Amino acid sequence: MTTVPQGGGQAEPGPQSPETKAGAMAAGTEGDTIAPELRRRVRALLAAYDPATIPLREFLRARFDAGLAWVHFPEGLGGLGVPRALQAAVDAELAAAKAPDNDPRRIGIGLGMAAPTILRFGTEEQQQRFLRPLWTGEEVWCQLFSEPGAGSDLAGLRTRAVRDGDTWVVDGQKVWTSSAHTARWAILIARTDPDVPKHRGITYFVCDMTAPGVEVRPLRQATGEAEFNEVFLTGVRIPDAHRLGEVGDGWRVAQATLMNERVAIGGTALPREGGMIEKAAATWRSRPELRTPELHGRLLALWVEAEVTRLTAERARQQLAAGAPGPEGSGLKLAFARLNQRISGFELELLGEDGLRYGDWTMVRPELVDFYGRDAGYRYLRAKGNSIEGGTSEILRNIVAERVLGLPAEPRTDKDVAWKDLPR
Amino acid sequence: MNLLYSEVEDDLRAAVRDVLADRCTPADVLGRIETDRPYDAGLWRVLGADLGLAGLLVPEKLGGQGGTEREAAVVLEELGGAVAPVPFLGSAVLAVSALLGCDTADAGVAGLLGRLASGEATGTLAVPLSAAPGAAFPAAVRADAAGRLTGTVSSVADARTADVLVVPALGPDGPGLYEVAAGAARLTPVVSLDLTRPLADLTLDGAPGRLLPPAAGGSAGAALERALLRGAGLLASEQVGVAQWCLDETVRYLKERRQFGRVVGSFQALKHRLADLWLEVVSARAAARAAADALAAETSGADALVTETAEASGVTGAKEARIAVAVAASYASPVAVHAAEEALQLHGGIGMTWEHPVHLFLKRAKADEIALGTPGTHRAALAGLVDLPA
Repeated sequence: MTTVPQGGGQAEPGPQSPETKAGAMAAGTEGDTIAPELRRRVRALLAAYDPATIPLREFLRARFDAGLAWVHFPEGLGGLGVPRALQAAVDAELAAAKAPDNDPRRIGIGLGMAAPTILRFGTEEQQQRFLRPLWTGEEVWCQLFSEPGAGSDLAGLRTRAVRDGDTWVVDGQKVWTSSAHTARWAILIARTDPDVPKHRGITYFVCDMTAPGVEVRPLRQATGEAEFNEVFLTGVRIPDAHRLGEVGDGWRVAQATLMNERVAIGGTALPREGGMIEKAAATWRSRPELRTPELHGRLLALWVEAEVTRLTAERARQQLAAGAPGPEGSGLKLAFARLNQRISGFELELLGEDGLRYGDWTMVRPELVDFYGRDAGYRYLRAKGNSIEGGTSEILRNIVAERVLGLPAEPRTDKDVAWKDLPR
Repeated sequence: MNLLYSEVEDDLRAAVRDVLADRCTPADVLGRIETDRPYDAGLWRVLGADLGLAGLLVPEKLGGQGGTEREAAVVLEELGGAVAPVPFLGSAVLAVSALLGCDTADAGVAGLLGRLASGEATGTLAVPLSAAPGAAFPAAVRADAAGRLTGTVSSVADARTADVLVVPALGPDGPGLYEVAAGAARLTPVVSLDLTRPLADLTLDGAPGRLLPPAAGGSAGAALERALLRGAGLLASEQVGVAQWCLDETVRYLKERRQFGRVVGSFQALKHRLADLWLEVVSARAAARAAADALAAETSGADALVTETAEASGVTGAKEARIAVAVAASYASPVAVHAAEEALQLHGGIGMTWEHPVHLFLKRAKADEIALGTPGTHRAALAGLVDLPA
């Protein structure tokens, strides 16, 4: 699990101005002229760096430098400043040439959350330093947001950062940190001013996970694995040059990260019958002896729901590409979590006696997050996290109700009170 | 696959919405449902003839607008959102789609399409509203060698305003579609669950009919299936319109209704229900757009327009349309019902009254759930289409 964000603050628009260009592309004008140029660049890259012989990292660095890493990023930072929708064609062309990719599942937090935030709020120096090794996977990122006492109420966090000349000294505890054990860097939010209301006293940093005082302990989860960690920060020194955004503006920066996270979790493009339903459908086809009329009815209902959820995500992507981001994105993760939980629960029941067995409870620390991997029992248990990680379904319903439907917030007692004076 | 709305479709929506806002308010509909004219002929004249919606799906060379199922879906969203008592579904979708499955080079077929398209005549397809795509050709009506039709068809939608019936009947040479003047049939109004789309039973007792020849390489069964598939797929858009009205109206009400000293829409217990409902409506809209788009692609024969997903798996345009319709029809039906049920409940006591229009939407939603195939029927069809056998 990565983090548990919460409801306050304003929805941030997408991190990239090139989204506006995508409107022209969808209308079939600009994209038509860009696409051949992209193809030419891909071929030039493949000609200069033969993926069959060049070492993986070297190829990925060259791809980044050619602007083909994430085409919607600016030139010089792995992109070409063209619409995001054109990335798919680049990826397909490279995949067809059997070029290696950066194994996005291993570096999802860097790609999905740290990178867009650094691009939007980072200094030029920070962008130059961090984005290239982030994208190539040479440096793994994690996210130090949630705390034992600050889950859905993330803005109530207690980890303190105190200024000491040109550095900040950080003390506190973070939790649910995926990839902390493999990470080189973390995005971190900490309290820098306890004397103002909670949303206003937070600052956003990049934390060196190899710095003295950073201690990572595995946190075992219901699946038996320790996919995430507790991270203890004791007198960790962070140079002020690694601050992202202004002092006290960390909540706004974090909102950008969290909006990207939800899109990353819920908005992934899948083929028809992709994702969790793929496993259940495969089991159904290969094990006719398990079929009953009652299970058949439920499977078909789940198949329909999976297909509709896929179409809803596809429609949200089309709206984004057409330059008119729809509110659908906020709700996609809700649908995704419920669907994964229901299908994986169904699959265990379908398996009958086999559903009573579990693959392996041994505590391992996996390098990547895999919702659909391993056996049915693992998938069932792992899916329980889908409605908690990246914003609980309850918080997401609040967001939809308040920001999409415009319903009023619950009365609050913590909004205009200095953080240090909040009742605990 | 384009799941968005084009500018043309947005303009069409605006035009339909203007007319409905002017002539089809909930009060207008409530005032009409218990009269002997439950259908609004004046409104249909404006929508069907003046705006050209009666011939929306009819090609221009046959006197229509040359529109696609994508546009008809937008019209149905708006008509659903107003529970407008007009025969668009029966005449402009079901009857026209059946006729477009016939030989349009035949003068009789072309002439009838022209009359329906211009609004000179209104038609409907003489099948029970509950008829689903994929069913066997109906055997309720028989035709003799002279083209005289005998039999009964129950629960026909939009028959009360029809001038012309397109009747599936078993003739001496097998299944056929026949054009029958509505005046030649005995029409018995049915007390209908859905007050805004009232049904009628039809009795044919040697009624003169004219055989409508099938399209080259086609059959009467294929033409009927074509119509029912379009009806079922486009009904999902009507259901989206119904559901969206229920959601919007309930959100609006909960922003003004106060209890316990606060706006009741600020209670999480209610907000979470509405957030879930919003997600359902958003999802139903995506499914309905996919169905309309797939039907339009199939009509235009542009298999190249079929989704990349489908291409990769070798699914043909026809099969893709059937999958998309089964998905949309089975998903959108319960969403519309749920939206109407939530609307009634969250309005509290006023939602249970006759004077508040929410019951009109509930009745339409529940009737639509049964119309043109229940969700279970459509899921069962999917089992064969996507290789998930019982």
